[in-house]
Amino acid sequence: MAAVPGDVPVAVRTRGLTKYYGAQAVVNELDLDIARGTCVGLLGPNGAGKTTTIRMLTGNLPITAGRAEVLGLDVSTRGSTVRARLGIVPQTDNLDPDFTVEENLRIYASYFGHTLQFDDARMAQLLDFVALDGKRAHKVDALSGGMRRRLSIARALVNDPDLILLDEPTTGLDPQIRHMIWARVRDLLRQGRTILLTTHYIEEAERLCDEVIIMDQGRIVTAGAPRKLVAEYINADVLEVGLPLVDMQELAREIDDVRFEHIGTTTYCYSRQADRIAERLKARGIFSWLLRPANLEDVFFVTTGRDLRD
Amino acid sequence: MATGLIASLPRPTLRALTIWRRNLLVWRKLMISSLLINLGEPLLYLLGLGYGMGRFIGDMAGMPYLTFLASGMIATSAMNSATYEGLYSVFARMTHQRTYEAILATPMEVDDIVLGEICWAATKGTLSSAAIMLVGVALGALNASHLLWSLPVTWYVGACFAGLALTCTAFAPSYDFFNYFITLLLTPMMLLCGVFFPVDALPSAIQPVIGWLPLTHAVALIRPLATGEWPAAPLQHVLALGVVGVAGYWSAVVLTRRRLLR
Ligand SMILES: Nc1ncnc2c1ncn2[C@@H]1O[C@H](COP(=O)(O)OP(=O)(O)O)[C@@H](O)[C@H]1O
Ligand SMILES: [Mg+2]
Repeated sequence: MAAVPGDVPVAVRTRGLTKYYGAQAVVNELDLDIARGTCVGLLGPNGAGKTTTIRMLTGNLPITAGRAEVLGLDVSTRGSTVRARLGIVPQTDNLDPDFTVEENLRIYASYFGHTLQFDDARMAQLLDFVALDGKRAHKVDALSGGMRRRLSIARALVNDPDLILLDEPTTGLDPQIRHMIWARVRDLLRQGRTILLTTHYIEEAERLCDEVIIMDQGRIVTAGAPRKLVAEYINADVLEVGLPLVDMQELAREIDDVRFEHIGTTTYCYSRQADRIAERLKARGIFSWLLRPANLEDVFFVTTGRDLRD
Repeated sequence: MATGLIASLPRPTLRALTIWRRNLLVWRKLMISSLLINLGEPLLYLLGLGYGMGRFIGDMAGMPYLTFLASGMIATSAMNSATYEGLYSVFARMTHQRTYEAILATPMEVDDIVLGEICWAATKGTLSSAAIMLVGVALGALNASHLLWSLPVTWYVGACFAGLALTCTAFAPSYDFFNYFITLLLTPMMLLCGVFFPVDALPSAIQPVIGWLPLTHAVALIRPLATGEWPAAPLQHVLALGVVGVAGYWSAVVLTRRRLLR
């Protein structure tokens, strides 16, 4: 990835950041530079090392090698001070089941010490931000998954953080809530905060992130602005057809910039002249295909492969 | 560097009080039922064992059996309450409730959590000891003149056992593991450390061993205070409990770091 120029203040800088579990390098020589005020997405299949990376940035996971600076401080020695300026939304909810919505925020604020001003006005503001005003007195157990996620987000904001770490913020949520959370992330960016998020949803990264970093097996595979990556790796439109590969190769004869991929029963044709192939399909009375611009998901597959991960 | 983070000396800070306060706020919600259990159980013990058996036993170590038992139970109660809190409740917060994971996303450190939990477990110990004192005084079994002095002692005893309990919890793969701690440590102490009968009734070969156990020292401090006297050689008992307490705190901090920071 392009290093942030020296005069732009960085929120996160890592050099050779490495984590071993046993003999396995789960995060391997990671160099990250995240400029303040930007939204960066960590993408990668399950087990790529996204959560491990985030945990090291919080100072809660001993680093095997390399170093990580967050908001200008070394996380291995200044973890507590760094966390005072961080908002963390974990991959798995860890709200306090013994408390109500309101109490969850209040107790969490108390962990930041007396210097943190957390009054009724701030409470109202946060509950309004995540649309949970009506649920103040509800126990966490009585909330839906989407409400819990929103409460986790509000909780991460009690200390008015400079850097927000969102680990798969919308996994398993319905489209309404996902869109609402996206809108909130944009609000937070507009307020000048820095956001690092991990996600499986390419669409999410495409919509929110100034820059994405695609990770696989602990390493950065590629990084850059979503649109730039698509142009760089695919530079074509995509035609998806439910026909055998040989038929498509036959059909696309003498169109020279086509690349084919066949997965399951679908053939993917990547080409700047994909519309010409589509015309030929139409001429033969075949209408069940999809012609679309290339997107980040295509980059994702090209760079990390299509093997299943667990 | 990584080992340094895990193995370095415990760093106690006042942030631990925030953890203590969190637990107090949870406890307050269940206060009524918790207090009823705290009062009901000793009442049953003292009535059943103290009155019932006391009738056949008569005096023990120069006092009515009910008095002997009630004063000993103040100590076991602090031990049991603090230990159970340090085992079961802490385990829940460490694993499926993910409470500590959430707390560690803030400026709090593992050291704060451990110290806060020890202080809270000790407080639970004092609460249940206080319940026995109330029942004991109401039944006329205890002498109230020095009794208030035993309150800080029960807290101290609770903190000592809480350190050991948290050490065990930091190891525990599941709740079943606690059976070892209870069967091998807690139950033998309760039966042998002078709660139900004086230690000198035991075979002289094992008496020195019993003399080393922390509950023996707890009883030696609390029984006199609950019966209107001052303990003999208090410093020796305070020191013995202190050594166990510091060792337990230290190992709990290091092992809990090892468990949570990975
Ligand atoms: N505490 C741990 N002990 C051993 N292996 C771990 C631990 N945490 C994560 N791993 C392994 O590290 C790899 C990366 O995990 P993670 O960072 O959670 O991936 P992601 O968030 O990208 O899905 C996985 O193979 C996972 O099994
Ligand atoms: Mg993850």
